[in-house]
Amino acid sequence: MKFKNILMAAVKSILKSRMRSLLTTLGIIIGVAAVIVMVSIGAGAQQQVEQQIASLGSNLLIIFPGASNTGGVNRGAGSINRFTMDDVNMLKDNSTYIKAISPVVRAGAQVIGGSGNWNTSILGVSPEYLDIRSWVLESGEFFTNKDVVARMKVCVLGSEVKKNLFPGSDPIGELIRIRNVPFKVIGVLAEKGQSAMGTNNDDLILAPSSSVLDRLSGGRYINFIQASATRLDQMSKAQEELRQIMRESHHLHDGEDDDFTIRNQADLTDAATATTKVLTLLLGSVAAVSLIVGGIGIMNIMLVSVTERTREIGIRLSIGARASDILVQFLTEAIILSLSGGMIGIFLALGIAYVLNNYSSQPAVIQPAVILISFGFSGAVGVFFGFYPARKAANLNPIDALRYE
Amino acid sequence: MGKVIIETKHLTKKYTVGEVDVHALRDVSLQVKEGEFVAIMGASGSGKSTFMNIIGCLDQPSSGDYFLDGVLTSKLNKNEYAEIRNQKIGFVFQGFNLLSRTTAIENVELPLMYDRQHRIKNPRQKAIEVLNRVGLGDRLDHVPNQLSGGQQQRVAIARALVNEPSLILADEPTGNLDSRTSVEVFGLFQQLNSEGITIVLVTHERDFANFARRIVELRDGKVKNDFMIQNPLIALDELAKLNQMEMPNEV
Ligand SMILES: Nc1ncnc2c1ncn2[C@@H]1O[C@H](COP(=O)(O)OP(=O)(O)O)[C@@H](O)[C@H]1O
Ligand SMILES: [Mg+2]
Repeated sequence: MKFKNILMAAVKSILKSRMRSLLTTLGIIIGVAAVIVMVSIGAGAQQQVEQQIASLGSNLLIIFPGASNTGGVNRGAGSINRFTMDDVNMLKDNSTYIKAISPVVRAGAQVIGGSGNWNTSILGVSPEYLDIRSWVLESGEFFTNKDVVARMKVCVLGSEVKKNLFPGSDPIGELIRIRNVPFKVIGVLAEKGQSAMGTNNDDLILAPSSSVLDRLSGGRYINFIQASATRLDQMSKAQEELRQIMRESHHLHDGEDDDFTIRNQADLTDAATATTKVLTLLLGSVAAVSLIVGGIGIMNIMLVSVTERTREIGIRLSIGARASDILVQFLTEAIILSLSGGMIGIFLALGIAYVLNNYSSQPAVIQPAVILISFGFSGAVGVFFGFYPARKAANLNPIDALRYE
Repeated sequence: MGKVIIETKHLTKKYTVGEVDVHALRDVSLQVKEGEFVAIMGASGSGKSTFMNIIGCLDQPSSGDYFLDGVLTSKLNKNEYAEIRNQKIGFVFQGFNLLSRTTAIENVELPLMYDRQHRIKNPRQKAIEVLNRVGLGDRLDHVPNQLSGGQQQRVAIARALVNEPSLILADEPTGNLDSRTSVEVFGLFQQLNSEGITIVLVTHERDFANFARRIVELRDGKVKNDFMIQNPLIALDELAKLNQMEMPNEV
């Protein structure tokens, strides 16, 4: 047969059995779409976590009080040597690989000001904190070392706090009361969105660590220390240096365990991506199952239609078709069906991904390799199960194919 | 009468069903010359279809030789068999065997699609021509289930004719048709035969066999009788008689 005739015959045959064609392609559509969407959701979650970790700041190092439990025996709460500003100053004066360092003093508080009140957390930090976190101001300015030294009661609002206390008005220069202590608003942070650890980085207030220690946390202890290394490739040197300084600061003898823990950005990333990798694996397996189920669906329809098609093959053979004519016809039909089913499946997946990315908090990252693999697999199932029975029938005696039931 | 077109020598066909051997054909030797009109007769199970399928190159004998146009068919490969079915033989089945949901014209065109030499330049035109010849010029776009049994069989005959074969084989072509329609179909075969096409068909009705010019009778897979008919019935005359008989009822 001429190529044009083959194509036309295939299209005619597909249209002749609309229901069968539809069911076959449906299997391919669902299989392809399911795999692409599932894997894209997994990839989206992973990318989200990675971005959030990156948004923690650059070359980030965090020092927590207490021994890391990976070190062996937990020595109990009593032995925790909490951090003070002395530790921070010691680190600042002696470190060489560190670009910026800041204490973090945390206090939760009811805040009154502007048009209402709001419960949020107050972070007492140093002026370098903004740089460590790579945060930017939307308006106003950040406090300076002078403010810290003078224990000025100034603060910078997170965007959500601003929205709640000063909806539609400019808070700069206004006074707010944190636990009844008046603080002057000097800046507002740009919106950042959800963080990797689930904390909301917009629902907070930054103030000089000295003022927070003085007025709000009522003590001299700071929760943890954040630092940022000068260079990414010196992270481990910086970490080791911090460790030595901290040991000195805490008067630890040789052989004594650290009473603090230093984490770097890579540790955090590893911990967080481990969960999303499990998620991706889970979604991927579900998708793989759906692809197999889709494949079985295609197979069933193809096999069921064999009786009808075997008669058709018998008729074609009896009027002079060669086995190769039959095979080419069936292969063409199967390829057209799986190509169009695969295409529709891909567009369906792209549509679902678009909806997810624009109307939900769950991002979906489409990966071309996944498109190709799922499309290829479903297509192969369609081709194989359409082609294989046809080949069997095409090699029969015409009369046996005609008699087949 | 011209040269021999079909020649079988000691043809046998054995089917094995489970433990039992069924001898559908035992030693059938037969010659059919160009331009003949042969009716094969015999009881059900006597091997008529088996014989037709073998001489139609739809099936192969267990032993014995079949020469078609002087060519020993057992020497041919599968593709050459396909070419013979396509070019030399038009086969008409009892059950029509048309492609369902496919129009009459597309059914008739189909054999031309499988002609690798594209001997017929305009398939569509040729299909219309043969459909006109079998009297279905006004049913070109009907699909099989929109046609009566007689009309479907005419489409099948048109399909058998479209590649201009020298031999038409028909296995009980009127088996599913009423007697009047059957006579019409025999009329068609007589007309084709008068145009020089060799016809071998199976029927188990004596009345219809008399439209042919030679009768071969099979019994238990063997040729029982083989004789010429001196004065074959003319289908057109029989139709006229049928019309006369029906007339009084209609007035
Ligand atoms: N495919 C087959 N398998 C087994 N036996 C068969 C097959 N086809 C025909 N037969 C047997 O061969 C014999 C001849 O059958 P057939 O040629 O169809 O007879 P007819 O057409 O004269 O009625 C019968 O006994 C039938 O049962
Ligand atoms: Mg029969």
